[in-house]
Amino acid sequence: MDVIKSSVAGTLESSDAQVTVEPGSGALELNIESSVINQFGRQIRATVMETLDRLDVKNAKVTIVDKGALSCTLKARVEGAVFRASGYTEDDICAGKKLPWGGAIR
Amino acid sequence: MINNPNLNRLRRSMMFLNAQKPGLIKDPYIYKPDSIMLDLEDAVAENQKDAARYSLYHALKEIDYHGVERVVRINGLETAHWKEDIRVCVAGHCDSIRISKCESAADVIAVEEEMKKAEEEFGVPHGEILIMAALESTKGVLNALEICQASPLLFGIALSGGDYTKDLQTTISGTGVEFAWARGQMINAARCAGKQCFDTVFTNLDDMEGFRRETEMIKMMGFDGKSIVNPRQIAVCHEVFTPTEKQIIQAEKIVKEVDEKKAMGIGVFTVDGKMIDIAFYPGAKRTIELAKAAGVYEGDL
Amino acid sequence: MINAVGRDIPEKVLKDLNMKPFAGTYARNGEEYTKAAPKVRAWMDPKESKMVESIADVVKKCNIKDGMTISFHHHFREGDYIVNMVMEEIHKLGVKDLTICASSLGKAHNPIVPMIEDGTITNIQSSGVRGQIGEAISTGKLKGYAIMRSHGGRVRAIESGDVHIDVAFIGAPTCDCYGNMRAVGGKSDCGVLSYAYVDAQYADKVVAITDTLVPYPNIPASISQVNVDYVVVVDEIGNPAKIATGAAKPTTDVRKIMMAEYCTQFVINTPYFKDGFSYQTGVGGASIASTISLGKIMKERGIKMGLGLGGIAGPMCELLEQGLIEKIVDTQDFDLKAIESISTNPNHIEITGSEYANPMNKGAYVNQLDFVILASLEVDTHFNCNVVVDSNGMVTGAQGGHPDTAAGAKCTIVIAPLLQGRTPAICTDVTTVTTPGETVDVVITDYGVAVNPARPDLLECAKAAKLPLKTIEELRDMAYAITGEPEPIKFGDRVVGVIEARDGTIIDVVRQIKDYEWD
Repeated sequence: MDVIKSSVAGTLESSDAQVTVEPGSGALELNIESSVINQFGRQIRATVMETLDRLDVKNAKVTIVDKGALSCTLKARVEGAVFRASGYTEDDICAGKKLPWGGAIR
Repeated sequence: MINNPNLNRLRRSMMFLNAQKPGLIKDPYIYKPDSIMLDLEDAVAENQKDAARYSLYHALKEIDYHGVERVVRINGLETAHWKEDIRVCVAGHCDSIRISKCESAADVIAVEEEMKKAEEEFGVPHGEILIMAALESTKGVLNALEICQASPLLFGIALSGGDYTKDLQTTISGTGVEFAWARGQMINAARCAGKQCFDTVFTNLDDMEGFRRETEMIKMMGFDGKSIVNPRQIAVCHEVFTPTEKQIIQAEKIVKEVDEKKAMGIGVFTVDGKMIDIAFYPGAKRTIELAKAAGVYEGDL
Repeated sequence: MINAVGRDIPEKVLKDLNMKPFAGTYARNGEEYTKAAPKVRAWMDPKESKMVESIADVVKKCNIKDGMTISFHHHFREGDYIVNMVMEEIHKLGVKDLTICASSLGKAHNPIVPMIEDGTITNIQSSGVRGQIGEAISTGKLKGYAIMRSHGGRVRAIESGDVHIDVAFIGAPTCDCYGNMRAVGGKSDCGVLSYAYVDAQYADKVVAITDTLVPYPNIPASISQVNVDYVVVVDEIGNPAKIATGAAKPTTDVRKIMMAEYCTQFVINTPYFKDGFSYQTGVGGASIASTISLGKIMKERGIKMGLGLGGIAGPMCELLEQGLIEKIVDTQDFDLKAIESISTNPNHIEITGSEYANPMNKGAYVNQLDFVILASLEVDTHFNCNVVVDSNGMVTGAQGGHPDTAAGAKCTIVIAPLLQGRTPAICTDVTTVTTPGETVDVVITDYGVAVNPARPDLLECAKAAKLPLKTIEELRDMAYAITGEPEPIKFGDRVVGVIEARDGTIIDVVRQIKDYEWD
């Protein structure tokens, strides 16, 4: 997917994560900050990378501020930010643009 | 006819949870509600409708809710959100879909049609996901019977008191007087159609006695359960719906008698000197189920 | 060297501190030793005054020098002004290499961090630390070792001479001109001065600091004139709003209420729950809720508690007032209700830290406990608890009476929600062992209850209580299934602190944290 604008999804509440996706400068740049980095840093990175890979995001700056989110939440927030940044706002969806449940979203 | 064991499952407590809040949806099963209602509608801000769906999808797919029924409340048919809501519900394979602001049989059928499309798209067999309808307007309540009869997927109807009182041009008084007719109408329609019926939420969390009284009343009216807004209400709700030992013994006798006499071709008989016929059977069965759910049944049924 | 809870204690640390590795909770039972004693300066001349104008003057009079050990108590909790006031004046003298030996330190003491950085303070001995001091320790700013001791362990260390206090600064809500200190009656009531008692007995110099000088004699005194060298009056010794809070509303968090209910059901199904039983609990939401629900059942069944021990909060005092408790024996007051109770109720009694929990006196109150209800940051599959170091490796809590009461009580119950955000509370190995698993009997979580296999008797009780029983491994597996299995934390090599077992051996070490490395 092509990231065409900056978008954010998620919050800074406990058990949530705030994900920011911005247009990239030719590559994928990932920054992770987490309250549980020492225990789950690698798992967080793996979850985020797999999600970005499924969504075919190759050129973007992705920033994660994690507050102890479970992996299901991390995926949801990354997807939320990426779809918003790639022309799938709620208006687009309501107008009939269908999301790939079970496909790129898994 | 559909054959889904969830149709008549126990639903004493149905707890609303904002599908967009990770802290809420991660382990509500520890409170042991009968059903959770993951909300895409009122609890979710208008600008977070999309985010809530991703969150819902992964919750449905990845969180083990330990047998608690996963109902999803979708946005109303008057909004633009509901069709994608149905797609995510089916793709995530929730147990049931709750239609907000349902006003007619046509609304139920419209939802069922969208579900069929999504079921085909995502390969989910028809009949695996059920429907319930929330009646939130005078029109919806007036049409309770046709709504109940609209689809074999529909397991029950629920009163949604906040919007309904606005439509009535009154407010929630705490006495229940404003809901008297709606409750009577709805339970009557539901039972007439062989469906379940659920009461509206009780929002004053500090008034546990008021909550108990209201739950006792709706149970006496015949309701199957209540919508819950906080886990604090679950224990009281279940307590109210727990049959007494006397009721359990009576129900057990009826079930056993009916099973036995039916086999012998006898229609009417007596239990403890009282005339009993087949009409007592569903109620008695439900009493046994309630007793089992409350962990107080030790018989062999 | 691997100690009795399987932790590797580096030889260098054992040598530097001249300590032994932990050999088991009761390994030193029966040992004989001679107590230490302070140097006393005789006050024979009745014309001599103990009153000193200011803290600045008193630190000079005490002749504080490089390398000395200075002590404080924590009865003013997060409202304490004493530590910062005194350290500021000592800092001006330019002395170095001080050891702070406090009964506990908190966020209120963040201002002393620069003194750690500039070498004024090079060693810290405390029940624990929170806030920036913890960060300073964990990031290696403290030159020496931080030694974390339980409340009982601190008294033992002082009485046995493991640590010698040169000057004790004791904040007192009321004091007279000759040094009789009481914990009630002033602007900053704290209820008791239990943990300061040993400082007064064993320090060479003892300074009383008060904001409420009262007429002589201020008795019955918590700390007597016979142990006090100087008295200083200041404007404020603390912030009353933070010393004692108003009564906390009972929790409405169903998760905590549920765990409290499991706890109560367990307690009442043990043989120890009978008239005259003894009990201690903490001030967390679940602990308070379990006290309240236990109180209801005591009333219904006509069972009275003989002894309520420990840090005290309002709900215990209410049970005392209702005649459901015979005696409350108190070392710390957490709210205004507790302070009011100890000032007015003759059955609510102050004891010293030694009486409470010292493992090596001739018998502490904790040894008479039937039940103790505790919390924990982490519990592992060996039932070891960690209450000092968080799951990121940062020093952030205090042992308090945790290891003392666990060792003493017949039935030690730890309540911990299975997950804190993504962090599992039940894990394979705790980050740092602060309370050995051999002293922990039952672990109550929101997902189920585990009984230590060493206590088959209590397992039967838990079955009778119809609790949702799990093994500790099952609880851990449930947690990991939700969060994923946590990576072991990678620490730096330097040992920045030791967790001292209550008998003075090393149960674990705390290492310097380092930045997370991705690969």
